[in-house]
Amino acid sequence: MSIIATASPTVPLGRRVKRFMGDYPLVPLLILLVLLVVVLQIMQPGIVNQRWIANTVKFAIPLALLAGCQTMTMLTGGIDLSVGTVATMAAFIVATQGVDNPAPVAMLIALIPALLVGFANGIGVGVFRVHPLIMTLGTSLIGVGCLQVYQRTVIGSGAKVPDFLIWLGTGVTWGFPNALLLFIPVAALLIFIQKRTGFGRLLYAVGDNERATRLSGVQYWQVILALYMFSSVLAGIMGLLYMGLIRAPSLSLAEPLVLPSVAAAVIGGTSIFGGRGGYTGTIVGALILTVLTTLLTILQMPEGARRILFGAIVLLVTAAYLRIIEDR
Amino acid sequence: MRFLRQHGWVAGLFALFVVLFILTKIIQPGYGAGDFGSLVRAVLPYAFVVAAQTVVVIAGGIDLSVASMMALTSVTAASMMAGASEEYALFVVPFVLALGFALGALNGILIVVTRVPDIVVTLATLFMLQGAALLVLGAPGGGAAEWLKNLIIGTVPLPGIPDGLTTWIPKALVLMVVLLCIVWIPLMRSRLGLSIYAIGSNQLAAFRSGVPVARTKILAYAIAGLFGAMGGLSLTMSTGIGAPIPGPYLLASVAAVVLGGVALGGGKGGLLGPIVAVFVLRLVRTDLTLLAIDPNVTAIVEGTIMVAVVMFGAFIVMRSRSS
Amino acid sequence: MAKNYGAVAALKNTSLSVLPGEVHALMGANGAGKSTLVKILTGAIRHDRGTILVRGKAHLVRSPADARRAGLVSVYQEPSLIPDLDVLANLRLTQTPVEPFRNWVRELGVPDLDMRDNARDVPLAIQRVLDLARALAIEPDVLLLDEMTAALPANLAERVLDVVKRQSRTGRSVIFISHRFVEISALCDRATVLRDGETVGVVDISPGVEERIVELMLGAKIEKARAAQRQATEASAHGEAGTRIAVRNLRVGTKLQDVSFDLKDGEVAGVVALEGQGQDELFAALAGSTKPSGGTIEVDGRQVRFSHPVDAVRAGIAYVPGDRSEALAMQQSVRENIALPFSAAFRNWGPIRMGQERATVQSAIERLQIDTRAQREVQRLSGGNQQKVTIARWIAVDARTILCFDPTRGIDVGTKQEIYKLLRQLAAQGKSVLFYTSELEEIQLACDRAIVIFGGKVVDILPVEIADEPALTRAAYGLPRDAKAAVGILAETASSEGARP
Repeated sequence: MSIIATASPTVPLGRRVKRFMGDYPLVPLLILLVLLVVVLQIMQPGIVNQRWIANTVKFAIPLALLAGCQTMTMLTGGIDLSVGTVATMAAFIVATQGVDNPAPVAMLIALIPALLVGFANGIGVGVFRVHPLIMTLGTSLIGVGCLQVYQRTVIGSGAKVPDFLIWLGTGVTWGFPNALLLFIPVAALLIFIQKRTGFGRLLYAVGDNERATRLSGVQYWQVILALYMFSSVLAGIMGLLYMGLIRAPSLSLAEPLVLPSVAAAVIGGTSIFGGRGGYTGTIVGALILTVLTTLLTILQMPEGARRILFGAIVLLVTAAYLRIIEDR
Repeated sequence: MRFLRQHGWVAGLFALFVVLFILTKIIQPGYGAGDFGSLVRAVLPYAFVVAAQTVVVIAGGIDLSVASMMALTSVTAASMMAGASEEYALFVVPFVLALGFALGALNGILIVVTRVPDIVVTLATLFMLQGAALLVLGAPGGGAAEWLKNLIIGTVPLPGIPDGLTTWIPKALVLMVVLLCIVWIPLMRSRLGLSIYAIGSNQLAAFRSGVPVARTKILAYAIAGLFGAMGGLSLTMSTGIGAPIPGPYLLASVAAVVLGGVALGGGKGGLLGPIVAVFVLRLVRTDLTLLAIDPNVTAIVEGTIMVAVVMFGAFIVMRSRSS
Repeated sequence: MAKNYGAVAALKNTSLSVLPGEVHALMGANGAGKSTLVKILTGAIRHDRGTILVRGKAHLVRSPADARRAGLVSVYQEPSLIPDLDVLANLRLTQTPVEPFRNWVRELGVPDLDMRDNARDVPLAIQRVLDLARALAIEPDVLLLDEMTAALPANLAERVLDVVKRQSRTGRSVIFISHRFVEISALCDRATVLRDGETVGVVDISPGVEERIVELMLGAKIEKARAAQRQATEASAHGEAGTRIAVRNLRVGTKLQDVSFDLKDGEVAGVVALEGQGQDELFAALAGSTKPSGGTIEVDGRQVRFSHPVDAVRAGIAYVPGDRSEALAMQQSVRENIALPFSAAFRNWGPIRMGQERATVQSAIERLQIDTRAQREVQRLSGGNQQKVTIARWIAVDARTILCFDPTRGIDVGTKQEIYKLLRQLAAQGKSVLFYTSELEEIQLACDRAIVIFGGKVVDILPVEIADEPALTRAAYGLPRDAKAAVGILAETASSEGARP
């Protein structure tokens, strides 16, 4: 017996716009993106060209991949804060193992810790019901420790990033970044999983009402275990790509991308409480954040002011988005 | 029976602390009052940040910005006191505490006004406070008044009590207990305290019981900000400087809150549990160091313990819910 | 005392006036604007136009606290004690005087309340009583009771009605919202009927007024509902049908002591029990949510042990909980909710055959006549339609047995009729249904037998012909079939009503 809005013929324009945006949540995001690009172009005429676009896309892709992990986990009401560590581990290991091993072997070895961390997360969240925030923060702490111990063992052997990863990470073919070769299939896969597979359905349903899924015969731990392992492997793959882009192994390579990845998913309209959202929005969210970073660099904002603005925008966008959703 | 049910968790934690303490004595027979004093000094900032997190979690929220709040208040205090007179610090301390309270309230207001989930708002303010800290001090620096630093050094001489005992009461411990109690006890005795539990337990029922939900939430975050500022000040007190990059306090605060028996989701638990939990976690670290374990391995072990304990706690909660 | 309202989207022109010392029923089918009016009165939402007058004085009611200052206190459909605070702290929070509260609690038939218990640990039915006692202790001018007796066992309900009736004699007013005519005719002086956000009538309660109220509530819909009503004599015979589920000496915890019965293919077996007699545990055990502590469950002659609802689902047993929010993913579409069980098993995690799914879901929607105008999010559907979705899910997977736990609680008369009809159809197809209901007249409308549980044991199994409300009430109290029961105003009215046609 809720209030059923009677559709009267004279809906005010503002409301109509809002409703339209609510039904097509991508539209306001795209408008924001275009707006940011226009501002950029006005402030520094001529900056927006093919090379700039390729570059922006190149840097948005790792962020979007990491934000993919957040999107998937946030659909179930979770979050995966270990993705930064997992990506860093994969990157560091592939660079150090690349010295003695052929590239494919090094890459496979690099993904093993990702699987392990994902498994631990899945068990902790799915079986023991630890809050995902804590579980993934914890495994990430352990992961960093392991990585530091590992670093000692390989400290003398140097590092070599596989050429393939460098080509994938930095290369541009006909104006398109090669990373798209990885990203487009991954993005398509993510969207397909969310929209057209039983697993995707379960992610939304579990995030929305876990009890209901239980009564329908869904085994929560299976879904969560699979989800966190998937998320970790995705983060590992992102780490490999990012290694190719940055080319300098470090122990905190992908760490700075963790919070932006959460922000990208949130801006993209995925509800942090689960049950709502999708990867398409997240991709646009990642683009928005990347363009914004460029904008702030051009403005020569001090790091501090940049972070303040960044936080404020995350908040504002989310609040605005919430209003649009609510008004439907 | 009811006492055990309600306080069993905290009692268990305390027993764990005692066991760990005895273990420490066994590992290092020379572990004495001085070492205990440094343990308490190490715990001090953690205790305040955990208190901050506790209030918010009981109110049904979560504050991701606690560590940044500490960083900002710490650098503010340090930069204001750098080169200033000793008396000036008398003004700095209340100012910083008020700053923390106000920024905390801002967190709450943003949550209430924007209606964006707590976790997102405080994630945003995490960025913002961190940025503000960087604007105040680009790199670790600043200073602290001598009397402030001395507040946590040494022990409290109590007339009539033998020295052997008073050496085990470091000033830092007294400071911690006094400050926490000054805020916590009146809070718990007031209707505000009840309201904080109420909105965390069931927001709709609280609203229907006539609790001003928005105001209560804002005040809960404001109190968290106040505790955060105490944490920031204690950082400056113990290091003598301010550092704009926040330490690992966020994870620690959440872990200690959970370990301390405060349910994420709100409405349950108290302050004592999380504080004892912090002591336990720090003491584990001390033990590992005393065992001369590689500090990196220590980090692994510490993390594993934290995760295992949290998993165990979650398991207990799950069992009790299903039975 | 008068209250007048202007328009909200769901309320067009509603007015309600309650006299001092009166118990006033507020009635209306689902979506008539009843809950909106309640929300306005309690300050949960603000009205756009109109005024609220209490004792001739206009009040601005913007929050429950405001409402209380105006002398208007409500007892809501869901318990509103803070679950993690003990009863005493709950009183302190609402600044309720303790002694009057204690007296009211005793008065309402709960002698052994421990004020130090957390509200969470108090049984649901008792929580409702505490809510009422808390409201009474404040001594409001106007007491608003929203479906107060919905979750109450008959013995408590009766005490509650008794107390409410006496309350009105002290010159205070009560606004009483209920779906149960029995209570309304026993308790209320007048009734205001809402339809489509408008007040369509104010009637004095007198014998036989039910017809008039139903007419007002439903408008033209009444004939249709009547036509769907099934007569008790239509009950089909099930002599030779196979036994689908055999429960033997089932025990669950302390509540369910020793229950044995058979559920046959092609029958709707009703379960009748007062609140807290073990029926929740029985259903939970059959649905695989709780492990039994003793006894056996056989499905198709084979003994089973359920450790997770998935085991029950695999055995073709579906559970429809009474609380819809337990069963639905509220933000998802109707289609995704109905299709939820399809993807549950690991082997079905892969790509979905969209066309096939759409067809299956569509046929289930049509079969249950779900109103799909707001199908993008289940939370936008009305309560009745939500309940239909929870059932449609299991129709779509063709579950052989459906356990319905009070599926008609709080939904409108028309949808109730549709649900009875559906259950009969399922039985006609050879499916079996176990149907717990808190509204006794439903037994004769939908069931073939009534299994009566009292004190955790099956005390009687009545054939539908004799399972009228007086008989069921007596049995539910553990009284033998032929004994004359003196169980107070509820049973009296029930029997007089049963005698009338």
